[in-house]
Amino acid sequence: MEVQMNNKNVKIRLENITKTFGKVIANSNVSFDIYEGEILSLLGENGSGKTTLMNMLSGIYYPDSGKIYVDGEHVNIASPRDAYNYHIGMIHQHFKLVDVFTSLENIVLGIKDKKMAKAKYAREKVKEICDKYGFIIDLNKHVYEMSVSEKQTLEIIKVLYRGADILILDEPTAVLTPSEINTLFAILKNMRNDGKSIIIITHKLNEVMEISNRVAVLRKGEYIGTVSTSETDEKKLTEMMVGQKIELNINRSLPNNPKPRLIVEHLTAKNKYGLNSIEDISFTANTGEILGIAGISGSGQREILESIAGLVKLETGTITYITPKTHEEVNLRNKTPMQIRELGVRLSFVPEDRLGMGLVGNMDITDNMMLRSYQKGKPIFVDRHTPEELANKTIQDLEVVTPSVHTAVRKLSGGNVQKVLVGREIASSPKVLMAAYPVRGLDINSSYTIYNLLNKQKERGAAVIFVGEDLDVLLALSDRILVIGEGKVRGIVDARTTTKEEVGLLMTHSNINKEGE
Amino acid sequence: MIFFTTILPSAITIAMVFLFGCTGETIMEKAGHLNLGLPGIMCFGTFGGCFGISLVMEIFKSNPDNASYILLILAGIIGASIFGALGGLIYAFLTVSLKCNQNVTGLALTTFGGGFADYLMTKVNSDYFSQASKIIRAHLEFGDSFFGIVGNIFLGQGLLVYVALILAIATSIVLKYTHVGLSLRSVGENPATADAAGINTTTYKYSAILIGSAIAGIGGVFYVMGFVGGTFENSATIQAFGWLALALVIFTVWKPDLAILGSIIFGILFLLPRYLVGISFITMKLLNLLPYIVTIIVLIVTSIIGKRSVQPPSSLGVSYFREER
Repeated sequence: MEVQMNNKNVKIRLENITKTFGKVIANSNVSFDIYEGEILSLLGENGSGKTTLMNMLSGIYYPDSGKIYVDGEHVNIASPRDAYNYHIGMIHQHFKLVDVFTSLENIVLGIKDKKMAKAKYAREKVKEICDKYGFIIDLNKHVYEMSVSEKQTLEIIKVLYRGADILILDEPTAVLTPSEINTLFAILKNMRNDGKSIIIITHKLNEVMEISNRVAVLRKGEYIGTVSTSETDEKKLTEMMVGQKIELNINRSLPNNPKPRLIVEHLTAKNKYGLNSIEDISFTANTGEILGIAGISGSGQREILESIAGLVKLETGTITYITPKTHEEVNLRNKTPMQIRELGVRLSFVPEDRLGMGLVGNMDITDNMMLRSYQKGKPIFVDRHTPEELANKTIQDLEVVTPSVHTAVRKLSGGNVQKVLVGREIASSPKVLMAAYPVRGLDINSSYTIYNLLNKQKERGAAVIFVGEDLDVLLALSDRILVIGEGKVRGIVDARTTTKEEVGLLMTHSNINKEGE
Repeated sequence: MIFFTTILPSAITIAMVFLFGCTGETIMEKAGHLNLGLPGIMCFGTFGGCFGISLVMEIFKSNPDNASYILLILAGIIGASIFGALGGLIYAFLTVSLKCNQNVTGLALTTFGGGFADYLMTKVNSDYFSQASKIIRAHLEFGDSFFGIVGNIFLGQGLLVYVALILAIATSIVLKYTHVGLSLRSVGENPATADAAGINTTTYKYSAILIGSAIAGIGGVFYVMGFVGGTFENSATIQAFGWLALALVIFTVWKPDLAILGSIIFGILFLLPRYLVGISFITMKLLNLLPYIVTIIVLIVTSIIGKRSVQPPSSLGVSYFREER
């Protein structure tokens, strides 16, 4: 699949690069070339080693073995300063800017050259760069006052000012609005036409097709191949990326004898500005059913789930849990999570903010499992054996990649963190399972693992509430979809008969009301 | 009137103990290292300075009242700096190279520094310290003759007072206006950014800790020789100043130029109770709390304002690993 481009010079050559973290192999024997004046997409699933590989070019990591050539010369990049000396600049996903400094201070930071470090010279030079490629920047603005897009612009200017002609951008579009993406792409094309080599790390296929000349694919740390964008399509790239044809159908069984389990009526809550974050929300979650919640992000999804979990103070409304077998009605409003648990309500919650609300990053997998069970111990002493068994079982069942159960959760990749969290939440065989964006940031295979887990819970008879952002997934996984917009219910539709367009319209237009039940 | 003739000049003198400590600590904190070992480091400095001065006094022991002024000052500064920096080196090695918890390391160093000084000060020949102190404290000649009372307050101090002031002003200028200062602040704000910008964070952290500790160390010997007249009671007195200097860093929102004013306020608050006639022991102890209370008030006020320019360095107290994921 290797493409020859004889008319172009090889700018960087990677030869057999290998990097490991403990027992986890991040990159193994990766070799490919980057040409002058091209945009190369580095494509791969989460955890395929894209960022690690690029961090070795920018001097953040040092390869265990392998060689890097810049302009044909074997180089040793041991620190970010070395990378700059070889004109390599990386724009990290989490921007490397000092918040309390101005743009100008960030640009000249760390520059040794006397002339380059002078404010006056920098201002002139930055203006030249801006005029050349089409950037707009205010040099006196502090970073903490900037929007994400402005910060990204500053990062790019910063590396250009240091004379970079090889730019590496890590997921540059993840945080941008569509119009900002267009501006960025226009700038990248200008830079390419100026002879710069640009590497974009991404997993968005449409962007790969739109912007890049060639695509290099990594899978599980291994180099799969490089193809010319003009000679491939999204389907072929996906195959290279995941290594197997993806079964796009999620197995969805018909709900088995659905009965109301959680009845939510007229929920209203206020945000910190005193405005209604959710208003008059009513719905029913049934047993053996997945209720999807669709909406533009920030429409109140988080507040709905958190009010059920007992984390948000409600202005009005009732939350009624119907106990299995006895059919006793339990009011959950204004109860703390602990009180809810003591009432015998088997409610599990997979929050959106995994390492903030769901798990403790610095604690190991066993201890995180214990967060759900620590009260169960004998007086005074906690029981550590059961959680450890659970941790081992979760690692085995959900295929969590980790050096051991005693690894801090913070050190695992996004998908594995999520598996640990979901594994813990389903271990208590919940009657109600709420999951907010459970596949966000996960690769396709991990996502499917999670979908299967949700489906299993549904088949077990749990009432599953699934907040998602991908409409295709919502339509394929849910039985019913609750559509919300601006904190209000816009409609509840049958996921089997509705269309993407209908849900999309409900999300964005408030005057349509449709009950699909 | 007693305030201007007696209290204020003394307050300015003692303020410099705070100022040395505060300037040193600010430099370290700007590099992202909260050094709770400051009280210990000031004890190291006390011993180092006193040891240096005792060596000089050995030379002049036949005529201690006429010992060389310049030699004593130099011995004090150099001895205190070396031992202060030595304490700093322990801290830097543990927190920068071994990435130990900064708070634990600092507190351990404070305890260690206290014991270190208490023990070794018994081995130092302090026979001529009162004479040495008298020479060191001598007013600079130009002070008394000019401007009457104003000259007495502001120009009639010993040389070490001006050393403290110059160090504070110089630190402020370096931090605010130079590239070295910009780089140092970036290391304390966001070491990953500084690293990616090609700044050697390890070098900056070590340098800041060593220089900061050296400056703080001078504060220790200044207290013994420049304020109390050559008597070392025990390390606890020095450490009390260390803790107050730590509070002063917060009080002056990490700005060494403001620290000059802040240290004088602390000095006044520290001395005032001693000049109030007829107050009970308990009241005096309560009044001694004033510096801490104003620091808490400053913390509350700055938190409410929430302005970024008065906040501590973002990465204060956090160790930096480049390869951490």
